[in-house]
Amino acid sequence: MPDCQRLTTDGLQALLDALRARGYRVIGPTLHDQAIVYDDIHTLDDLPAGWTDEQEAGHYRLTRRRDAALFGYAVGPHSWKRFLHPPVQRLWRARHEDDEIIVVAEPAEATRVALLGVRACELHAIAIQDRVLLGGDYRDGHYQARRRDNFIVAVNCAEAGGTCFCASMDTGPQAQHGFDLVLTELVGDGEHRFLVEAGTPEGREVLAELPASPASDAEIAAAEALLAATAASMGREMAAGDVRELLLANLEHPRWDDVASRCLTCGNCTMVCPTCFCTSEADSSDLTGTETSRSRHWDSCFTMDFSYLHGGSVRASGRARYRQWMTHKLATWHDQFGTSGCVGCGRCITWCPVGIDITEEVRAIRETRDGAPT
Amino acid sequence: MAARPDRAPPGDPLTPRVVRVLKRRRDAPRTVTLDIAADDATAFQPGQFNMLTAFGVGEVPISLSGDPADTNRRVHTIRAVGPVSSALARLAPGDALGLRGPFGSGWPMAAAHGHDVVLIAGGLGLAPLRPALYRLLAERQRYGTIALLYGTRSPDEILFRRELAAWQRRHDIRIGVTVDHAPSDWTGHVGVVTRLIPGLALDPANTLAFVCGPEVMMRFTIAALKEAGLGDAAIHLSLERNMKCAVGLCGHCQFGPVFVCRDGPVLCHDRLGGLLGLKEL
Repeated sequence: MPDCQRLTTDGLQALLDALRARGYRVIGPTLHDQAIVYDDIHTLDDLPAGWTDEQEAGHYRLTRRRDAALFGYAVGPHSWKRFLHPPVQRLWRARHEDDEIIVVAEPAEATRVALLGVRACELHAIAIQDRVLLGGDYRDGHYQARRRDNFIVAVNCAEAGGTCFCASMDTGPQAQHGFDLVLTELVGDGEHRFLVEAGTPEGREVLAELPASPASDAEIAAAEALLAATAASMGREMAAGDVRELLLANLEHPRWDDVASRCLTCGNCTMVCPTCFCTSEADSSDLTGTETSRSRHWDSCFTMDFSYLHGGSVRASGRARYRQWMTHKLATWHDQFGTSGCVGCGRCITWCPVGIDITEEVRAIRETRDGAPT
Repeated sequence: MAARPDRAPPGDPLTPRVVRVLKRRRDAPRTVTLDIAADDATAFQPGQFNMLTAFGVGEVPISLSGDPADTNRRVHTIRAVGPVSSALARLAPGDALGLRGPFGSGWPMAAAHGHDVVLIAGGLGLAPLRPALYRLLAERQRYGTIALLYGTRSPDEILFRRELAAWQRRHDIRIGVTVDHAPSDWTGHVGVVTRLIPGLALDPANTLAFVCGPEVMMRFTIAALKEAGLGDAAIHLSLERNMKCAVGLCGHCQFGPVFVCRDGPVLCHDRLGGLLGLKEL
């Protein structure tokens, strides 16, 4: 950790102030409805001090910590796509005047947004959505505008959640790139401090404005030990190296029927997934028909409408819909975008109402694939 | 391989332009062909599609069914099956609609130079093949033998009837039409379109097949073409999936690794690796 600086909690408040002074709207973790969700942050008091989460398949509970850590939990039901690729986006409005129709595209909203508390898995998720929405022949202008003026403050994970498996996806727990600043929170021995490193020139500029002092060798060693412990205590794991080939060779595996007997096709996994990007469009009209508009909204491959073609849905069974979601995420995403669509954040496991575990489904197919013992 | 534009056309791909209907023809029950005044001189490739908006109702993908050499109009053949297609099919000359496109890949017209070409259509699948046929006939000397096999439900469902009759009178193209169900005065073929394939005595080493129709029809057609000796690389298909954005961003039209809107709709069968045989993919 070269050029590692140390901030106190006052120093962290100074970071919030510096970002706001630069015109950023700061969004970060807050407590709301007994979950940790992303919302506006004005002062350190808005952060969930002293809270942690218990996560298991189909299970999420907040509990008190013994310390006052500000980032002492894993990821919650929100991901940053809520702000970068929002749930509803108007695309255009049309005004009907006499015999004319004038269509006006919705201007792309460019706001300066600082994302505070972005975990390593989430940095990877943002990079994946960048590829999906900006990497092709056609770019999503709304996403592009929302990504243009971001300041990203990453946080290294000091502990792993019960459904985390970033270590096996090679996406964490340490933030490697894609941030302006990265924090490692150290609590204990009566002290509460943050090690800070800059990842970009703007990050260095902001850091230079803060009351920081060089981190000691002991603090750096403590941070490294913390990350090693996090990596070693993942709640889940997935052997990801050959999962694309495994799934594509097993598209008719009986496990798809097994998972379909449990899956409610509710779509929760796609809503909480930080890389799921699918949207649908809805046209609407006022009562007089003089104003019409089109909005796009998050959609899920678990709905019947998603694959509807005159006469019926292509993927009518739950088996086909679960298979589409999982094979897209772990297999065909590689063909389409040169990367897995899974970052090992564990949200789909935690927020599945019946506790379906993607790592367990992969394992089940692996253990009973053709040629393997059944 | 299927032809694909090198890059996206300029402009906002998600906002429709307002265009007007020039002419409306009824082709078959619930099926009309709209001529739409072109708002630019952009050429399209046979096999490509546009997104058509009925304002206040919604948007659907519709293949271009007209002559690619005619840059004054965009021709679309629409069957009224849902609220949007029904609203579009009700449009009259002078009415406004929204248009985005053209999108997607086209039939491999250039790769077919010097080869025999067989077009095989099922039902409304004739619409996206008609621009290819116009091109084949306009550049007749570039191609070997040309055949069109067309199967539809019943004689009253036959599209582009007068043109079909005119093509049947030509000596430089073979036309085969068959129907699933026929009244007693029908003197043509009855049965599925694949039954007409053996009669063509295709030269498997020198033939490209362009196929469009319902997926089940395409599965049987692929089997029949392979029976006739064609390889996967010689078989090109136009696929259909639910589409919203048409530019590879909304995720709806996935077919395994393929985005039908962006990589297709025209795809070479060798790229699909047998996926068409899987149910509910």
